[in-house]
Amino acid sequence: MESIRDKVAIIGMGCTQFGELWDKSHLDLVVDACYEAFQDAGIEPKEIQMGWYGSRETGFTGTQLASALKLEYIPISRVENFCAGGTDTFANACYAVAAGVCDFALAVGVEKTKDHFGGFNMFILDPFDRTGVEWELPPASQFAQLAVRYFHHYGISYEEGKRILARIAVKNHHNGTMNPKAHFQREITMERAINAPMIAYPLGLFDACGVSDGCAAAIITKPEIARGLRKDYVLVKGLGLASGAGQAVLQPEYDFLHFPEAVAAAKAAYQQAGIQNPRKELDIVEVHDCFTITELITYEDLGLSPRGKGPEDVEAGTFTLEGEIPVNTDGGLKCFGHPISASGLRMIYEVYKQLQGKAGKRQVKNAKTGLTHNIGGINGFFTGAVAIFGAPA
Amino acid sequence: MVGITSYGAYVPFWRLRRSAIAQDAVGEKAICGFDEDALTMAVAATGDCLNGIPRENVDGLFFASTTSPYGEKSAAATVAVAADLRREIMTADFARSLRAGTGALRAALDAVRAGSARNIVVTGADCRLGIPGSAFERTFGDAAGALLIGDRDVIATVEASHSVSDEILDVWRPERDVFVRSWEERFGATQGYLPVVYEAVSGLLKKTNLTPKDFTKAIFYSPDGKRHAEIAAKLGFDLKTQVQDPLIHSIGDTGSAMPLVLLVAALEEAKVGDRILWVSYGDGSDAFFLQVREPIEGMGARRGVRAHLASKKVIDDYRKYLFWRGLLPTERRVETVSFVSVPAIHRGRDANLRLRGVKCRDCGTVQFPPQRVCTKCHSKDHFEPHPLSDKKARIFTFSADYISNPLVERPIITTTIDFDGGGRMQCYMTDCDFERVKPGLPVEMTFRKMTFRDGIQNYSWKSMPLRAPLVKEEE
Repeated sequence: MESIRDKVAIIGMGCTQFGELWDKSHLDLVVDACYEAFQDAGIEPKEIQMGWYGSRETGFTGTQLASALKLEYIPISRVENFCAGGTDTFANACYAVAAGVCDFALAVGVEKTKDHFGGFNMFILDPFDRTGVEWELPPASQFAQLAVRYFHHYGISYEEGKRILARIAVKNHHNGTMNPKAHFQREITMERAINAPMIAYPLGLFDACGVSDGCAAAIITKPEIARGLRKDYVLVKGLGLASGAGQAVLQPEYDFLHFPEAVAAAKAAYQQAGIQNPRKELDIVEVHDCFTITELITYEDLGLSPRGKGPEDVEAGTFTLEGEIPVNTDGGLKCFGHPISASGLRMIYEVYKQLQGKAGKRQVKNAKTGLTHNIGGINGFFTGAVAIFGAPA
Repeated sequence: MVGITSYGAYVPFWRLRRSAIAQDAVGEKAICGFDEDALTMAVAATGDCLNGIPRENVDGLFFASTTSPYGEKSAAATVAVAADLRREIMTADFARSLRAGTGALRAALDAVRAGSARNIVVTGADCRLGIPGSAFERTFGDAAGALLIGDRDVIATVEASHSVSDEILDVWRPERDVFVRSWEERFGATQGYLPVVYEAVSGLLKKTNLTPKDFTKAIFYSPDGKRHAEIAAKLGFDLKTQVQDPLIHSIGDTGSAMPLVLLVAALEEAKVGDRILWVSYGDGSDAFFLQVREPIEGMGARRGVRAHLASKKVIDDYRKYLFWRGLLPTERRVETVSFVSVPAIHRGRDANLRLRGVKCRDCGTVQFPPQRVCTKCHSKDHFEPHPLSDKKARIFTFSADYISNPLVERPIITTTIDFDGGGRMQCYMTDCDFERVKPGLPVEMTFRKMTFRDGIQNYSWKSMPLRAPLVKEEE
């Protein structure tokens, strides 16, 4: 089995403003993100040979992408993989380029959550059943169950746990203030986060990410073509994807202290990228902070913190912009927002800009290697996605 | 000798303080939670009645109610499945009448006497609605009773019965209305309840050559907590020493379930040799003479009426009560799906209604819901059924949602539970004080309403903290 490492490169990316974009349709968002990517890459839409369109609830089939951009009769596939859909959309485009079946591939993730009342569904059927028979589960509760168990297992009091989680929210809000495309661009205090209304015990309002509209796009090609187009292209170093088979709810051994799907995806991506010590070798990390507890557990899933030691690293400021390994420099899902299938590509956009040294006020010095991480679904049925990127040597 | 071989009851966890309805109203009424109805209460009472009794011994189940969830479709069949009874049994619905409970009981007695069945469950439940502000709204309460009828180890033999059928419009509910109506109370009492109950009891006494003094206890259906005392006195029963408390102030008028519930309450205190007069009312009256027998001393522990009454949460929120009964419009709620699939309900009967998981024949792993390929050893289609509805479990982790559906319940608690004997399940939790919920908390399973769409009521199981100790364990 071959590694994807250095077989494909990103030569252009685009990302819209995220937020409640009442006056934009998903087609508007696709046009805005893709034309930014075309301009960034210096290529024309007609040069795109294959497309992948990621959406969970925003338009069926690849025709949505074709019609927005007027791509003429090229192969386009729609990808749905819940909150990991953006990264999976990107990965499929990468595999086509690596296979040599096309030179220029376009990967787009978009979501108009705010065209639905309330945005993201208040209930998810278990396990993604459409018959209405299986009971509906409030999604926030899925992640809150991990928080309850994490606190219980490690003997963390409610107050202490809330403080650790609030610190993550405060960090991401701080980073969001430096990102003009973010849904939320304001600081919050620890007190405000801790005392916010409860959403899903023990998670409060500021433990939850924004529900947003948005779109992000990437243009992928071979490294040899990329070299001729720009110096600061970004190489794909590893792509990991793992799907849960219901283990968490079928097997009492599952501990609710980690996401096995994310661990498996990270293991695959690290192996491909040749990363032994992620905490030392990664310069910037974008994680799926749908809830603060997810970010905390992900530090451990990705091997940035030892098991159970995430809280200590949070207290030490390890993951702040000035810390040992900055996480969610663009504000994360918490502040950039979370248009489901766009989020993976939005994270790649941030890593891409950071590796190019174009991240403005939130630029991480000398960033050479970056990682993105998604986790989407419900307990037992998560899809984990991890992608690793590097600047060309 | 044919009679009652076991009993069980169910009173909802929730009580509405009657002063929340009207300032001068006294006591509490038992009310179904937002996820309960007559059918789910009957499942709970049946489970209590069959505690420790092999389910395969049951040959039939009769369900009595005036508030069955469907106008056309058997609820008895659903109760039987939720109680995990065999398929080759007789099920029937007794409906429309406040006498449906005793009507079902007479039919069960006759079936066992005739030899067409050995053990039949008779369960009755009602969740009736009075027009907001009406006297009915204050007096009505929700509960269920269940009696097992058989001819072995009989705890109370039915020695005689006498019935009167009477046509009268004293209390009624048209087919398409949700609220029970009545003529003036004095009309119903003087032209219906009082003379008809008198006639039925007199007939029974004459038939049996007994006098009121021969009875240890007399149980009368009571429409209001008062009229039963009037008729008891007129018949010659002593209110203080002989007449069963109709539990109007603690539960309410439970309609067709009331005779069953009150009989269970009486049997809980009965001694061998006791003679019981038991009388229902509703377009006539059924009167029974029961004799308590030795096997009552060996009967297994039950929660019955007493333990359920002691386990409660009293609310003063009348608005919540109206929401729960669907009597107030609700704010828009976002639905994931716009329909409930009948074929999917049908395919999922064993999992969702019987709450049966599977146990891998190769590695022994218990799994819920049932799988085709084992989650552990990957062997294919090699499972045996594994009932979970009667198993206790412990909470592994939980959460509490405060935003998704604030109108019916806040917070909505979801649990991941591990069953005694294996198996894990993620499910909603109900009937609990959130402050008590923590990892490790013992829970039991309870049959509840889930989604209701397009006239289809979907049911399944939720976890709840152990509701109440079994009465005999408590002592």
